[in-house]
Amino acid sequence: MTLEIIIQAIISGLLMGFVYALIAAGLSLIFGLMEIVNFAHGEFMMLGMYAAFWLWSLFGLDPLVSLPICAALLFCLGVATHYGIIRHILNASMLVQICATFGLAIFLRASAQFLWTPDFRTISHPIVEGRVEIMGIFIGLPQLVASLGCLLAFAGLYVFINRTDTGLALQATAQDREAASLMGIPTDRMYALGWGIGSACVGVAGGLLAMFYFIFPEVGFLFALLAYVAVAMGGFGSITGALFAGLLIGLMESLGGLLIDPSFKYVFIFAMYLVVVFFRPQGLFGRY
Amino acid sequence: MPSSSPPPLSPPSRATVDDASLRAALDEPSRKPLSGRQKALGCLAAAVLLAYPFVFDGPFPQHVMIMIFLYALMAQSWNIMAGYCGQISLGHAVFFGIGAYSSGFLFATYHISPWLGMLVGIFLAMAMALVIGIPTFRLRGHYFAIATLVIGESVQIIFQRWEFVGAARGIWLPIVRENAWLNFQFNESKIPYYFIALGFLALATLAIWRLERSKAGYYFRAIREDPDAASSLGVNITLYKTVAFMMSAGFMAMAGTFFSQYILIVDPENVFALSLSILVLLMAVMGGVGTLLGPIIGAAVLVPLSEYTRIYLGGTGGAVDLIIYGALIMLICIYKPDGLIGIAKQWLGRRPPPEETAHGDA
Repeated sequence: MTLEIIIQAIISGLLMGFVYALIAAGLSLIFGLMEIVNFAHGEFMMLGMYAAFWLWSLFGLDPLVSLPICAALLFCLGVATHYGIIRHILNASMLVQICATFGLAIFLRASAQFLWTPDFRTISHPIVEGRVEIMGIFIGLPQLVASLGCLLAFAGLYVFINRTDTGLALQATAQDREAASLMGIPTDRMYALGWGIGSACVGVAGGLLAMFYFIFPEVGFLFALLAYVAVAMGGFGSITGALFAGLLIGLMESLGGLLIDPSFKYVFIFAMYLVVVFFRPQGLFGRY
Repeated sequence: MPSSSPPPLSPPSRATVDDASLRAALDEPSRKPLSGRQKALGCLAAAVLLAYPFVFDGPFPQHVMIMIFLYALMAQSWNIMAGYCGQISLGHAVFFGIGAYSSGFLFATYHISPWLGMLVGIFLAMAMALVIGIPTFRLRGHYFAIATLVIGESVQIIFQRWEFVGAARGIWLPIVRENAWLNFQFNESKIPYYFIALGFLALATLAIWRLERSKAGYYFRAIREDPDAASSLGVNITLYKTVAFMMSAGFMAMAGTFFSQYILIVDPENVFALSLSILVLLMAVMGGVGTLLGPIIGAAVLVPLSEYTRIYLGGTGGAVDLIIYGALIMLICIYKPDGLIGIAKQWLGRRPPPEETAHGDA
């Protein structure tokens, strides 16, 4: 095993890590706002990928071009989810909230299967394809563009939350809903906005993944599973935590698969989560 | 069962005070005997269930009932842990799989009676609950839920690669014609399976009914409502969470053994499926979490719904059955967040009978 292979694995791991981080960031944003885990997050991502696929297949739009459309569609889906479902179960128990989003996940996955069949689809010949070689290390261009896109989206999210008035209003709502509403912040609209932005994150990730990944109704499962682990490991509600945990998971996936045994790579990721929460029950960056 | 002994942290003289204050804090109903009406309803239900397989003698109606009993048993077992003790597990399939593998492996390899295998499975599942519980009981809420989720997924991956127990192929149980009861295999008729499943479910329900009224049951609910307050009242929360988890795991393993003897194939794809853990959770919550009859009602509604929609609407690969299923779950969550048991109570009478309610609004 040469050094080059290890560096190759580290780079591929980091590239996937940025995608995981963006998916996890959307999940974490929603959780931080209202303490609800969206168990349909993977299905949202699947819909983002299908949106990219159909825009390519019907209108010939490249995934990179249609990315804003995917994000906007998923933003609308998130807002609709808030007004249609989440708003009614805000004060219900955690179990009912879990069940409602699971129900949504089953509904969306089955609908995708009904409408578009369980076939695997791919987008052939996107604008970006092929790979580059830098000092003996191969980097797939779609993967590179996807992870750069996710990193940019992540940076945009971070700036939006910490530097804009609306972002600060979101944070205020997350900290104390009643105090925020006394300050004149429309909390219900903030919740809807949070769901919109959280879903748009996964729409961007899905649109970028569509360049090089298979598209099928169950595609979201693994990504969502890793995102849940990332969110919990980083600390529920922490966007920074989601970034670090996403990168750690990406690294663990490729290095664990390379150095130990590829068939157990997810076991290593899961074990890493258990070790982290054993020592820090609130996750790496969690507040509580 | 440590239900009769006081928790180690509180001195014996305070135990009765704790009990009373816990019960007051939880607004529990007192231990009323069953009313005449409830006894009559219970007898009627028992008579219907006993007569059912002889009235509906086709294999499909019997299969649906067996599946209802099996899922109700699993939902009951999940309910002990999550409904009463408040610890939400998303990985209960682990214990189901351990039960299925233990009896299946011992029967296929050494021809050991599945009844003995079931005891081994229950023991191993309880041991597994202990092993999982020790490091994870410090975790709260979603952190615990995600921990059980990843443990469930890890166990599935390990069993898919573990050659000793057949890896991804799983275990194919040999078909044996003689000693049907000893070998827990009935090739001629589904009726023995029907009564065994009914018996298992009755056993679990009876155990939970006793638990509800025992001291441990009050401690469980106190932990669910507020772990810090329960701890300050002298409840050893780690001990009682462990007890709840082990009980829950044991019943889940029983269901696993039943499944392996009924289907005669144990494979990691099915018995450790995340979808199984989720389905069990959905049934308990849809029926009415933390109630004695809720999980049974949940299974009695969702199992036939999925079996019949699959027959009439599925099959074309269109997944219409799952679309309806998902939509119904969302509707129940929005309009009946306390579960279907609320509707059942409205039908049966004004006042909820004491054994049906854990929250005690009576």
